[in-house]
Amino acid sequence: MNNSWLNFSVNRPKTVIIIGFMLIIVTALGAKNLYFRGDYKVFFEDSNPQLMAFEEMQQTFSKNDGASIIIAPKSGNVFTLQTLTLVHEMTEEAKQTPLSNRVDSLTNFQHTWAEDDDMIVEDLVYDLADLDPERFAYIRNVALNEPNLVNQLISPKGDVTVINVSVNLPDGDLTAEVNKITASVKALTDKYKLKYPEHDFYHTGVVLMNYSFASFAERDFTTIVPFMFLTIIVIMWLLLKTAVGTFSTVVVITSSIAATMGIAGWLGMFMSTATVNVPTMVMTLAVADCIHVISTMLYAMRQGKDKKQALIYSLSLNKIPIFITSATTGVGFLTLNFAAVPILADLGNLTAVGVIFACVFSLTILPALIMVLPMKQLPKQLSNSKLGNTERFGEWVIAHHKRILPFTLVLTAIAIGFSFKNELNDVPTAYFDKSTEFRQSTDFQQKHLSGMINLDFSIFTNEDSGINKPQTLQQIEAFSQWLSAQPEIDHVSTITNTFKRLNKNMHGDDPDYYLLPNDRELAAQYLLLYEMSLPYGLDLTNQLDMNKSATRVMTMVKNLGSKELTALESKAQQWFLTNAPNLKLTVASPGLMFAHIGEANMASMLKGTLVALILISCLLVFALKSFKLGVISLLPNLLPAGIGFGIWGIYSGEVNLGLSVVLSMTLGIIVDDTVHFLSKYRHARMAGNDAEQSVRYAFASVGRALWITTLVLATGFSILMLSPFALNSDMGMLTSIIIVVALAVDFLFLPPFLMAFDKKNTKQELIHE
Amino acid sequence: MTCSLGSYAQSAEDKGLAIAKERKLRDSGWGDSTGEMSMILRNAQGDEVERKMRLKSLEITNDGDKALTIFDQPLDVKGTAFLSFSHAIEPDDQWMYLPKLSKVKRIRSRNKSGPFMGSEFAFEDMSSFEIEKYTFKYLRDATFDGQASFVLEQVPTDNDSGYSKQIIWVDKQHYRLLKAEFYDRKDSLLKELVNYEFTLYLDKYWRPMRTEMFNEQNGKSTELVIHQINFNTGLSDNDFNQGTLKNVR
Repeated sequence: MNNSWLNFSVNRPKTVIIIGFMLIIVTALGAKNLYFRGDYKVFFEDSNPQLMAFEEMQQTFSKNDGASIIIAPKSGNVFTLQTLTLVHEMTEEAKQTPLSNRVDSLTNFQHTWAEDDDMIVEDLVYDLADLDPERFAYIRNVALNEPNLVNQLISPKGDVTVINVSVNLPDGDLTAEVNKITASVKALTDKYKLKYPEHDFYHTGVVLMNYSFASFAERDFTTIVPFMFLTIIVIMWLLLKTAVGTFSTVVVITSSIAATMGIAGWLGMFMSTATVNVPTMVMTLAVADCIHVISTMLYAMRQGKDKKQALIYSLSLNKIPIFITSATTGVGFLTLNFAAVPILADLGNLTAVGVIFACVFSLTILPALIMVLPMKQLPKQLSNSKLGNTERFGEWVIAHHKRILPFTLVLTAIAIGFSFKNELNDVPTAYFDKSTEFRQSTDFQQKHLSGMINLDFSIFTNEDSGINKPQTLQQIEAFSQWLSAQPEIDHVSTITNTFKRLNKNMHGDDPDYYLLPNDRELAAQYLLLYEMSLPYGLDLTNQLDMNKSATRVMTMVKNLGSKELTALESKAQQWFLTNAPNLKLTVASPGLMFAHIGEANMASMLKGTLVALILISCLLVFALKSFKLGVISLLPNLLPAGIGFGIWGIYSGEVNLGLSVVLSMTLGIIVDDTVHFLSKYRHARMAGNDAEQSVRYAFASVGRALWITTLVLATGFSILMLSPFALNSDMGMLTSIIIVVALAVDFLFLPPFLMAFDKKNTKQELIHE
Repeated sequence: MTCSLGSYAQSAEDKGLAIAKERKLRDSGWGDSTGEMSMILRNAQGDEVERKMRLKSLEITNDGDKALTIFDQPLDVKGTAFLSFSHAIEPDDQWMYLPKLSKVKRIRSRNKSGPFMGSEFAFEDMSSFEIEKYTFKYLRDATFDGQASFVLEQVPTDNDSGYSKQIIWVDKQHYRLLKAEFYDRKDSLLKELVNYEFTLYLDKYWRPMRTEMFNEQNGKSTELVIHQINFNTGLSDNDFNQGTLKNVR
């Protein structure tokens, strides 16, 4: 008995259910060990060059992750008693921010000037009691002419100002710390909004971006993602018209996800921004597997079989294609172990485990549940009374296949051409819809001051006190001027600005001495005098290392994509090769790190998934026992993604971090469509039918399941488009597109292709085999 | 009940103040001293850099001490001198002599919290201990490094201090400062200081030959090593004024 082990589910349903759930529960208990890591390190192997450069910079200089509070008085003038008082008070209270190590503002800027023979170092606005119109004019003049301030802490027009809070984020998962810091900063702003209602406040900075990422992801996860699942369940129920089948499918989906997450917990894995997608990927294939079993069962019941016989029939027909789909998809996901990003390997491994669970459960627990639960007998339907809609559509395709094939080929070629319009690019601030608070804040900041992305350049002399050499200072100054001239850069903070100011101060504030010192010892002694005058938290350790052998030039960059950021880095490295070959430059910042990892991640995902699809087609040569069908399967496996990205090339043209996951999300369903159609087709061919008859049979036996699956999943994923978080909404849209295109390819391209290129009769093929 | 609670609360402050006064008393009357020392700065990565300097100190009755620091290393700040008059209540007076300019520049800064020469020691950590700079509270007894000690809380009275409070361990036998924890203005633990290798001078004055200051928030640290101390070398007020800065050797 070939089907004896499968019949066990039908003959002993309660035993299967009990044993199955015991195993599921034991496995699922591992999920209690799961924890989430949202930090940047999970994206990088320890040897990643961008991570190493960033961490070297973090160790050499003080950290400058931060939160920015942007203050815009409605009067349009920052230099008033009211606004300066607000900034002064708020600056003091911002020092209470958890984990803060530095607060920079207009009022506490360490201003220097000459007085008699002394050099004074003092807060730009030290004593509010001193403020009068003459003093306002003085402060304004200093602020708007100070290169370390303009576009960083004060807008060129003097109408917007910023308080920057630098925080010392620990290594590891930052979620709790980010939440604490954000709550503190927002509470501070709420307080001052009440106290000074004539001002608008905005929040930006890396901490706020991390907070926004986390809170939007969490909000979607608790609202839109459940809504997506609910939509899938409801539509499945409406289309299958069986509550028992739908309920059983939900049980299989839940069990598959629970068991998969349990395995992750038992293996000591953590959840990350990649692996949070595993449940959705597993759900996708579980839905497909279950719909095949149920749809075929219902078909058989309408032919007059009872429930038990119908299930046995369905299992015997579907077990091979379901297994093939799951096994090949699982193998495909395992190829993600070759990705450059460690958490993608986890994603691949977990999803591979998950799709196998879905396969096993849909062939065991699903039929067992259906056997145990009551189900009314369906009205008998004579086989020749009338064709179903799917069968009629199949007839139409068959009748017109000679015209449909060239039409679909041309359409495919055009769409794939458009897919090359896509560029791998990541604009972090663009992940947030314009309706969101964070996006409005970053747009406001960009309009009045600068982008919120910081890009930091470390210059190493590898020489004690090397920074103080006149030649080195000249090179740093030239580089800083070059940076200021780059269109992508809004602001440059450089130590040479400070040296020039000190030199002027030491010569009685003579503007003709606003020059770099031309003597090494003089520079060193200026610096020592200045450093000895600075208060805690406003020292130079964010710009100079202990040894004065290295300096960090800090820039604020427009809110650009990853391509522009990496291009800027390359240009800077080139500048150093040309102009300062004796110095070593490293470029680092969270933004740049993510620019590189975004590109590596996207490239790895796209390449890995394409390799997976090709590998799957190779496996199908053996699974379908037909070299020809295996080769033919390449097309319906590859075309949906190509066409889908072609449509995306027309619609958007930008592929971000979220979209790189789409191919993985849809891989299972693409393979499912192909495998089921081809295996039904081959089943008919082996029975002695010609290509046309076999296509007709495939449409009749699996067509309905395929379009139900497609409609269920495409509608479900389209729910994600409701998210204001582009990571999810773009993913939802493109996933829906590809799922629909996959069905179109299997219904409009594959059948005509088979009829055109698979004309040999079966007996001849058998002889060759 | 109320009376005894009041007594207890009063005794904590009184006891703290009494211990601080005893500590100050035992380190009074030393006159003047000269020393050679190094500061070894370490970052979180373990890189280190050494600064060498000479220190001259003059004890002033009824006010803070006067100190003259002469930098010997790194070489490009060699000969730079830093003169500081500590005050119990008023901001310290500070000057620097820059040999390249042959000028004395006054540092008119109210800050006490800034780092001394880029190290983890703040100016206020380096200036002399004065009772008037703090309010005191006895917390408990404890053993530190095998030594029976008082644990006190001392709160700076100056708003420009970088600290909200310090927790200090003072040994019961000699009233030496063994350890101190410094809390920043957010009430977070910022730094921890530990004194090592106490040596007795003139049969009365204890000096740690090695002090470590560790920054708990960024992982940096500074080790202060005293190579040599001499007491009663004949220094006077004339050795501690702006005019003599130009002639320091």
